[in-house]
Amino acid sequence: MTLIATESLTKTYGGRVTALSDLTVAVEPGIIGLVGANGAGKSTLIKILLGLLAPSGGRVRVLGLDPTTDPAAVRARVGYMPEHDALPPDLSAAELVTHLGRMSGLPRTAARERASEALRHVGLHEERHRAVGGYSTGMKQRVKLAQALVHDPDLLLLDEPTNGLDPAGRDDMLALVHRIGTEFGISVLVCSHLLGEVERICDTLVAIDGGRLLRAGPIAAMTSATDVLAVEVSEGTDSLASRLAALDLPVTRDGPTLLVPLTDEATYDLILGAVAELDLPLHRLDQRRHRVAELFALREPTHV
Amino acid sequence: MSEPTGVIHDIGYQRYTGPRLGRRHVFGGLWLHGLRTIFGLGRSAKAKIFPWLVIGIVTLVAAGITAIRSQTGEVVMTYAQFADAMSWLVIFFAAVAAPELVSRDLRSGVLPLYFSRPLPRGDYALAKLLALVAGLWLLLGGPQLVMFLGAAFATGDGLAGVRDEAFDLLPALLYAGLWAVVFASVGLLVASLTGKRAFAAGGVVAVFLMTTPIVGVLSILPSRTVNELAMLASPSTLVQGVGLFTLGDRLAPAGAADQMIGGFGPVYALGAVLLVAACVALLLLRYRKVAAR
Repeated sequence: MTLIATESLTKTYGGRVTALSDLTVAVEPGIIGLVGANGAGKSTLIKILLGLLAPSGGRVRVLGLDPTTDPAAVRARVGYMPEHDALPPDLSAAELVTHLGRMSGLPRTAARERASEALRHVGLHEERHRAVGGYSTGMKQRVKLAQALVHDPDLLLLDEPTNGLDPAGRDDMLALVHRIGTEFGISVLVCSHLLGEVERICDTLVAIDGGRLLRAGPIAAMTSATDVLAVEVSEGTDSLASRLAALDLPVTRDGPTLLVPLTDEATYDLILGAVAELDLPLHRLDQRRHRVAELFALREPTHV
Repeated sequence: MSEPTGVIHDIGYQRYTGPRLGRRHVFGGLWLHGLRTIFGLGRSAKAKIFPWLVIGIVTLVAAGITAIRSQTGEVVMTYAQFADAMSWLVIFFAAVAAPELVSRDLRSGVLPLYFSRPLPRGDYALAKLLALVAGLWLLLGGPQLVMFLGAAFATGDGLAGVRDEAFDLLPALLYAGLWAVVFASVGLLVASLTGKRAFAAGGVVAVFLMTTPIVGVLSILPSRTVNELAMLASPSTLVQGVGLFTLGDRLAPAGAADQMIGGFGPVYALGAVLLVAACVALLLLRYRKVAAR
């Protein structure tokens, strides 16, 4: 079954600002990364998927349902974690998530049980009975994730889940999202402007820019090995670079690393020969995968 | 700032296979949650102070009236007059309750969490409105019931006396319901415009307060028609106008109705209906906009 499918999806605000333009994409269940710069149309797309915004044109289906005509059926099976602060400060996490579980149609007891389960899964334990106002950003993000999980959705829509987190918090959140997508068996659409983050946990990537589709597909196909060798030496990087250049190898530098296009097996021998000749301590020599960022070229110049 | 990392438990994620309740249950749940919020139930002790203070005052007044009546036999206030006399307290109560219901949600940004759930956005606004209506009605109706119980036990005419009291009480409960509907719809609409609770509370009071002088000015203009229509200008006098029209001497001495609203009773009734309808329509419109944001 196709998880999300859009066909020539277009959204313009007031006929002038174009948020989405002729977007056609279809993704299968799994963890999907939706990447794009700020203002690329990610949030607009999510709101259309939830049936909160009506598209100006085109068609959209979520879990086989049409959010424009049957938004309640879609929302019953989707959990949404908004980007911005969304928690009343004076309620405890347990109270809030229970209440929102009931708003999703769970009976009272089930809502309470599932709320504490959801909070436990996101890593909140005793602190769930304290008022949310005193929580750290990381804990608040976890509560937002828990309320999206409480009614056991088939699809989670996460809008910038790592927003405002420190590096350790980001890693935790990404690990959690990955676990939800794999162990819990819930499909996840993760929105982010940081490609490096989502590419670590996603099966599928969808990149949009200015409301248009840049590229969509399974991440494995995008990160297949390509023809670049990365060489690092502990010292004498400059002399090695000039030596390799003298051997007609188009060498480029990326920090302490030298990148050499791999034309055939002989390239290895040439590099090893050059290193041995200069008697340099070889630190590393490996075939480098293109980072997805380079394939998307999201407004930044690439290094290679 | 390092977070306590979640310990991985052995118990895996459990899918939910139980029942999922429909729109009516969710609406009812949100309504009850709103009603509890109004009276500070399930919230901090601080949130309980004001509502229960007001409840204490109205109950005390009702008990005092009942006591006087049972001792001296003098009817200080009829049930309907009690609702009128308490109107300022009801206004302040609404001015505190309405922002608690809607402004807090606007401010904290929790609305996307509601609107991403099956509940239609209109239901959110209506559930909150009905919760406020119920809260205000309980505030007026509860003391009226106290007065009724006192009168019923003190009556010297047996069952007939109780029946007479009940016939006095029922229209007054309906009248209290009218107060509740009008104040709730105006108050909630004003409060839904801002996320700042203090502004919202001030706004609600201002709407009732600022319109009262207009009534005063209109009622002394040298035109009898304008005088008789003057009470349309403020929500609270509008309700009183409807009361004078429908309740007659249960609310005011005989002849007062003729004096104040003349033959325009139906106009007042229509005005009240239109005011409530307009407020509800604007409220729903407001939440259409909020939801799409």
